[in-house]
Amino acid sequence: MTVPYAVLGLLEESARHGYDLKQSYDRRFGGAKPIRFGQVYRTLAQLVRDGLVEVAGVEAGAGPDRTRYSITPDGVTDLATWLGEPEEPQPQLQTVLFTKVVLALLSGRSAEHFLDTQRARHLAAMKALTTARRTAATTQDALLADYQLFHIEADLRWIDHTVSRLATLAEEVRDAPGPGRA
Amino acid sequence: MPPVLVGRDLHKWFGVAEALRGASITLDEGEIVAVMGPSGSGKSTLLHCLAGILAPESGQVHFAGRRIDQLPDRDRTNLRRTVFGFVFQFGQLVPELPAVENIALPLLLTGLRRKPALAAASAWLPRLGLDGLGGRLPGELSGGQGQRIALARALIANPKIVFADEPTGALDSVAADQVMELLVDAARAQGSSVLMVTHEPRVAGYADRTVLVRDGVDALRVGAG
Repeated sequence: MTVPYAVLGLLEESARHGYDLKQSYDRRFGGAKPIRFGQVYRTLAQLVRDGLVEVAGVEAGAGPDRTRYSITPDGVTDLATWLGEPEEPQPQLQTVLFTKVVLALLSGRSAEHFLDTQRARHLAAMKALTTARRTAATTQDALLADYQLFHIEADLRWIDHTVSRLATLAEEVRDAPGPGRA
Repeated sequence: MPPVLVGRDLHKWFGVAEALRGASITLDEGEIVAVMGPSGSGKSTLLHCLAGILAPESGQVHFAGRRIDQLPDRDRTNLRRTVFGFVFQFGQLVPELPAVENIALPLLLTGLRRKPALAAASAWLPRLGLDGLGGRLPGELSGGQGQRIALARALIANPKIVFADEPTGALDSVAADQVMELLVDAARAQGSSVLMVTHEPRVAGYADRTVLVRDGVDALRVGAG
């Protein structure tokens, strides 16, 4: 779900080859799970088909020709829309939230604004779940709501923690080697 | 209906540190508002200025349409005694007095006679789930039980506003839920507004609205819904 947007974000930073994209993706978002080349090229093909990415040129070299890709204006709009939209709170959301924060910093957009919007969405969900728990017919229903409440609370603590460390994170993201500087 | 409490462009300094930098907030009648924010953001200072415990250097606080931030100390103390109720993180019960007398304190301070005051305080005990424990000293109660006593003390005089500063900060999640259920139900039943400072998102889930304070300024309002 987040891979196409991560690719768009990296292409917004600069046009890149598929190999470049894989290296940059793994460095910024890969963590324990690097992206496979096959997935990079499948994602690029899909994005080209959707008009969000275009071929910027083909370079001949000693090996196979290398295709450079760049983001289109529609791609920029799509990425900006995704970054501006808060996510529905759910367990295991952290990958998406983290990707959005890094992409926002990478592209000079406001990560703080995104996190504030996301906090509001989470607090609204928390309020609805608290009401659901208080009116639950059975302990089982109440505990199910509790399960979601504790997960949303964990997200909210992460959001607050991240807001307080945005300046440091921004520096790291800026200082990470970009294309051609790896 | 106009808000029951309005804080406008409040500034407060502690030495060289500016704790509030133009914070503004409103509280409607019967509304429950959570004030959140990182440590040192000024959220407790905001509560203290609104409740008349501290006087802001500039800005205004209005309660029920009347400006209260410039009132003399004596009048502000009187206001805190008669129309505001308070709950703090560590109940701040009087350790020498049994639970029921702690609950009765606000009534005794306003001049009610001892017998009816204690009768009114005793009537709270079943509601608190503390039937039969009215004679215990605060030191003989658990943290959650003590906080429920503190809550009853804050609510017994039927205040217009309850100010709560980290009311569940020292409690585990089950005791915290009991305290919050009690606070919300009792406030709704008697039409009191609640302004509570908390760093716990779970507690904010009980509020009608959440205000985020950052660097001494309110930054985000989350409406009902």
